[in-house]
Amino acid sequence: MSTTEHSEFIDSDTGKMGMWLFLFTELFLFGGLFIVYAVMRSKYAADFHHAALELNAFVGATNTVVLLVSSMTVAMSLTAIQQKRGGKAMGLLFITLLLAGVFMVNKYFEWGHKFSLHLYPGSDVMQTLPHGEIMFFGLYFMMTGLHLLHVIIGGVLLTVVLFKINSGKINSEHYLLQENGALYWHLVDLIWIFLFPLLYLIT
Amino acid sequence: MTKSITQEPLNYLNHKTGLWSWLTSTDHKRIGLLYLYSITIFFCTAAVLGLLMRIEKMAPGQTIMTAQTYNGMFTIHGIIMVFIVVIPGLAAVFGNIMLPIMIGAKDVAFPKLNLFSWYVFITGAMLGLYSQFANGHSPDTGWTFYVPYSAQASSNVVIALTAAFVLGFASILTGLNFIVTIHRMRAPGMTWFRMPLFPWSLYATAWIQLLATPIVGITLLMVIAERTFHIGFFDPALGGDPVLYQHLFWIYSHPAVYVMILPAMGVVTEIFPTFSQKPVFGYVPIVFSSMAIALVGYFVWGHHMFTSGISYESRWFFSFLTFLVAIPSAIKVFNWLSTMYGGSVDLKPPLLYAISFIFLFTIGGFTGLTLGSLATNIQLHNTDFVVAHFHYIIFGGMGFAFFAGIHYWFPKIYGRMYNFKWANISWGFLFVGFNLLYFPLFIIGIQGMPRRYFDYDPKFQMGESLSTIGAFILITGFIGMITNLIYHSRKGAIAPANPWHGVTLEWQIPSPPPHENFDEIPIITHEPYRFDNPYTK
Repeated sequence: MSTTEHSEFIDSDTGKMGMWLFLFTELFLFGGLFIVYAVMRSKYAADFHHAALELNAFVGATNTVVLLVSSMTVAMSLTAIQQKRGGKAMGLLFITLLLAGVFMVNKYFEWGHKFSLHLYPGSDVMQTLPHGEIMFFGLYFMMTGLHLLHVIIGGVLLTVVLFKINSGKINSEHYLLQENGALYWHLVDLIWIFLFPLLYLIT
Repeated sequence: MTKSITQEPLNYLNHKTGLWSWLTSTDHKRIGLLYLYSITIFFCTAAVLGLLMRIEKMAPGQTIMTAQTYNGMFTIHGIIMVFIVVIPGLAAVFGNIMLPIMIGAKDVAFPKLNLFSWYVFITGAMLGLYSQFANGHSPDTGWTFYVPYSAQASSNVVIALTAAFVLGFASILTGLNFIVTIHRMRAPGMTWFRMPLFPWSLYATAWIQLLATPIVGITLLMVIAERTFHIGFFDPALGGDPVLYQHLFWIYSHPAVYVMILPAMGVVTEIFPTFSQKPVFGYVPIVFSSMAIALVGYFVWGHHMFTSGISYESRWFFSFLTFLVAIPSAIKVFNWLSTMYGGSVDLKPPLLYAISFIFLFTIGGFTGLTLGSLATNIQLHNTDFVVAHFHYIIFGGMGFAFFAGIHYWFPKIYGRMYNFKWANISWGFLFVGFNLLYFPLFIIGIQGMPRRYFDYDPKFQMGESLSTIGAFILITGFIGMITNLIYHSRKGAIAPANPWHGVTLEWQIPSPPPHENFDEIPIITHEPYRFDNPYTK
């Protein structure tokens, strides 16, 4: 079998190049939403200003810090595995996942608050708002929702990495999957860094 | 293993057998064949829908189907043909089978991802079919899913949108795989400018797949959100903008046309030097024109929207860029003709198809310029002229290049040869049928026949009837061609390793190729298309 099958081994640089290209497609995916944001913002500047005041910049800033710290811990975990300290690497990954959980709980309360105010697409209150505010909240839910989906995907990916470190499949020799998982997590962080000012800070 | 007296040498087709060994194979050649078979099945399905539409238009008034059925048919015909057949088509089939061999590699960079892409593709394709039959409400928006209708129609639009999204994902993964393969897996000594031109065209294609597809992905998600959550981005009643949808859709879907045509150009660029036994004329300009088409093709989407109420400035700008993209295409045509000039031209079936590709593609290209001109566009927009132009480019261009490619690489893929006479006769039917089917549509389109109508004014009957007759001739030719190929893939005469005296790497290994392509990775010492090199003698 092993003599006739193709080699299972993927060179680390090749694997990372694939991941980088994939990350570009993710950026372009959000790029489509950024275009809609740009168009709508220029069309309804005053409404966007008013609607953005509705968002709590403090909660947004907290989540930004949470994600930035989680990006740091995931990078530290990679360094730990390169230094053959598997236990430390797993601990740091666990902290990363914990922070991802904090982010999602925060988001849950934030979204819940909007729902209690009936500020969600298709609601009765929403119908009465000016057009620009409807667009703003639509973009808010679509952008943060899609980002949340990426947080979940990234979390699942890092959990797989955690188990593979535990079973020794990821070690100081072969850590491509962890490297790619960390890259993906940085992307999740990076996109949030764009979303935070666009939705919360520019009022 | 069964013992027989004349045991065939082991190759990728027979080294393991059984359906399961195919469905789990990460061998790029087997995955290419999986694509070939599934795409052929979907092509036949959509072609039958096309034929039924033509029968409906044999005579004015309702003949065999209601207007609503007709709307569903042209939508599903479009979705299958565009998203399942022609966008993956050449790149996924011949790209998978030939790209690693032509650059001297044993496989693509990510073989498992490659197999995964096929499964994603099949999932999307099945969703597409499901949207046609579920609850008896086939989508009726056209393959372009224009809002506001697509946000309101009661048919299975969400399923069809999801299908297109999933298929886009498969397309992205294939493109990603090919880019990394070309960057990292070329044989030692194969510099960028020693790479054959089919891989070059795949490289340009892959970048479009990678950079344009996510935009349509998010756009389709927005329409799904529009339908399920009333998010309102494209709904004027909530402050949205329907024209914004058209922009986002065509930002992807125009470059997608080049995803279809660039690999087709790559295929015929391989065929002309081989059947002229002469180096390709102007290697470097062909490379740069491929990249230029990929680049400029990204910025011409607005020419689909000249009548949608975009500003005067953007109209002339997009019109200008549309004319610009014709230049690299014309460079290629010039190069193909010059490659044949003075060569020892051997009119075997692959070359026959390749030459008819030039003929049909040129007609499609010139009528594209007619549509790209602002004044004529207003007259011709949404008429059968557009339908004819589009089919000349996609079927006459990409389709005939696909047929050329399959006749060119068939002996390499199966190790057997088809019947030339049969292939030539089928070509005759295909070529005559094609022109009879689509050329009348140019004329009645100019006279004002709108597209997507199931009925027409009796004054168009001459053109419509001729077109339907053409459809039958075309289908006859297609059946002849595919029967020839299927029959001879098992029963044909054993083909030699290099039946056409080609000089690229795929002709230097046995037919069919061994499981791992090369016993020893070749070392490349010179540019491709040198017909005096020692390998060919």
